[in-house]
Amino acid sequence: MELKDLYRDVILDHNRQPRNFGRLDPADATADGHNPLCGDRLTVSLRLTGDKITDIRFEGKGCAISTASASLMSEAVKGRDRAAVRELFNHIHALLTQVDAPVDESLGKLAALSGVREFPSRVKCASLCWHTLNAALEQGGTISTEAGNESSSEVLR
Amino acid sequence: MSATPIRAAARVAYDVERVRRDFPILTRTVHGKPLVYLDSAASSQRPLAVIRAVDDYETRSHANVHRGVHALSQEATAAFEGARERVRRFLNARSTREIIFTRGTTEAINLVAHSWGRARLGPGDEILITALEHHANIVPWQMVRDATGCSLIVAPIDKSGELIMEEFHRLLSPRTRIVAVAHVSNALGTILPIAEIIAAAHARRVPVLVDGAQAVPHIRVDVQALGADFYAFSGHKLYGPTGIGVLYGREELLSEMPPWQGGGDMILNVTFERTTYNELPYKFEAGTPNMSGAVGLGAAIDYVETLGIENIASHEHTLLEAATAQLSSIPGLTLIGTAKHKAAVVSFVMEHIHPHDLGTILDAEGVAVRTGHHCAQPVMDFFCVPATARASFACYNTLAEVHQLAAALRHAQEVFG
Repeated sequence: MELKDLYRDVILDHNRQPRNFGRLDPADATADGHNPLCGDRLTVSLRLTGDKITDIRFEGKGCAISTASASLMSEAVKGRDRAAVRELFNHIHALLTQVDAPVDESLGKLAALSGVREFPSRVKCASLCWHTLNAALEQGGTISTEAGNESSSEVLR
Repeated sequence: MSATPIRAAARVAYDVERVRRDFPILTRTVHGKPLVYLDSAASSQRPLAVIRAVDDYETRSHANVHRGVHALSQEATAAFEGARERVRRFLNARSTREIIFTRGTTEAINLVAHSWGRARLGPGDEILITALEHHANIVPWQMVRDATGCSLIVAPIDKSGELIMEEFHRLLSPRTRIVAVAHVSNALGTILPIAEIIAAAHARRVPVLVDGAQAVPHIRVDVQALGADFYAFSGHKLYGPTGIGVLYGREELLSEMPPWQGGGDMILNVTFERTTYNELPYKFEAGTPNMSGAVGLGAAIDYVETLGIENIASHEHTLLEAATAQLSSIPGLTLIGTAKHKAAVVSFVMEHIHPHDLGTILDAEGVAVRTGHHCAQPVMDFFCVPATARASFACYNTLAEVHQLAAALRHAQEVFG
């Protein structure tokens, strides 16, 4: 477990200067994500042309891992269609949760998130924005990292 | 005249290195670094005396209590009831009939909320709490409010994290039926003026429940001197096991209250037509209790009494002053909770570093602090922070550990450059 694997330069940079920070108004789809355990909240808003994400913004308060993950995500998904985002989501999910998942070069800067898997208590920080994006693409609303009374379509792992 | 030399002598006599040797866990390393355990407000570590008492009970004396005529059942009953008597002495309650074993503070408060509250409260009645409360002293009252139609009133705090007493006095009204208040804030460390609160409530014949979870490890509590009607605390914050806690209640109140859980042990006689409830305290202890937990709690109280709670408090105060001074000198660090009277808790946020990241970076240095909302989200909302980092000190912490905390925080700033 190495701290510098978690807080890589790319992560620290995106935390300091998050890309695509803010809110699209009007937006074609939005969703809120909440991690009640650490208080992280974020909103993802999208502009869609057909099946394709043509613009994305996120806003909210969170730790460096959650902010950087959202920032990196926003860069990575712009211009992709739903199927490609779903594929990327699965790839990232494996990257964050499976210690032996290959760190593919196709991931580009997103590969920096692979350090998170050595820190199980931080996986939800990194995955919150991805689940929120999914929710925005699917039905909108609010998702939570914990089961509860919020209208969560799924409990994040 | 004699007070000062005695206190000075007590301070010299407090040998923290010797205390540390009583806690086996403190010798371990975390991520290759010596453990610096600064999360005792969440759960304190156990001394060998507690570990051995539990072990001894489990290896030699376990059987069900209050039931058997055989030797083990009698030994187990003696151990369990012996622990109750130790708790009585510790709190200076009049009688062991006033000492109810629960799973912890949370269950103790729920017991009062449900048994006392549901039977008596209705529309127009008010429950008065403070803005400093732990969720355990909020949610049970909200449940009672929703079930009975009464109101939940919250006395506000100021920017230092102190209860605004003028507001408290103003909100204590002819409609107030019960006051439920923390003795010490878990998130901020504020020590509340509990004697003044109880006096004001009693002047209006309003009973007071005190959430003492964060107080009993640091403050001598005499329930008779305080005049508390209910006083709740947990074993695991007092160097004892988890899953055991105490509700002290004044006998007059407890005897009028209906049981809140039914089952074995809380009855005298059961037919399908009717049941006669057992007497105090068993009326409130349905089912087989946590015997080994009670034994461990008894041993923990003995341990604390051996060290002397005043000596522990004085040692912790030294740590609190050092931590407050050292952390205040770190640029970009803001202390959350700066009340005049505080237990040894330092809650803080750092510019540009989220508490969650701080927690991870400190952990890599072997320093264990709590990060998050500390089950006190309204407190976080009041200070407009999503979370804080919290270092809390106990009898076994050292000044060297305060330095290590400060050094780890400076290291965090380097990591985040």
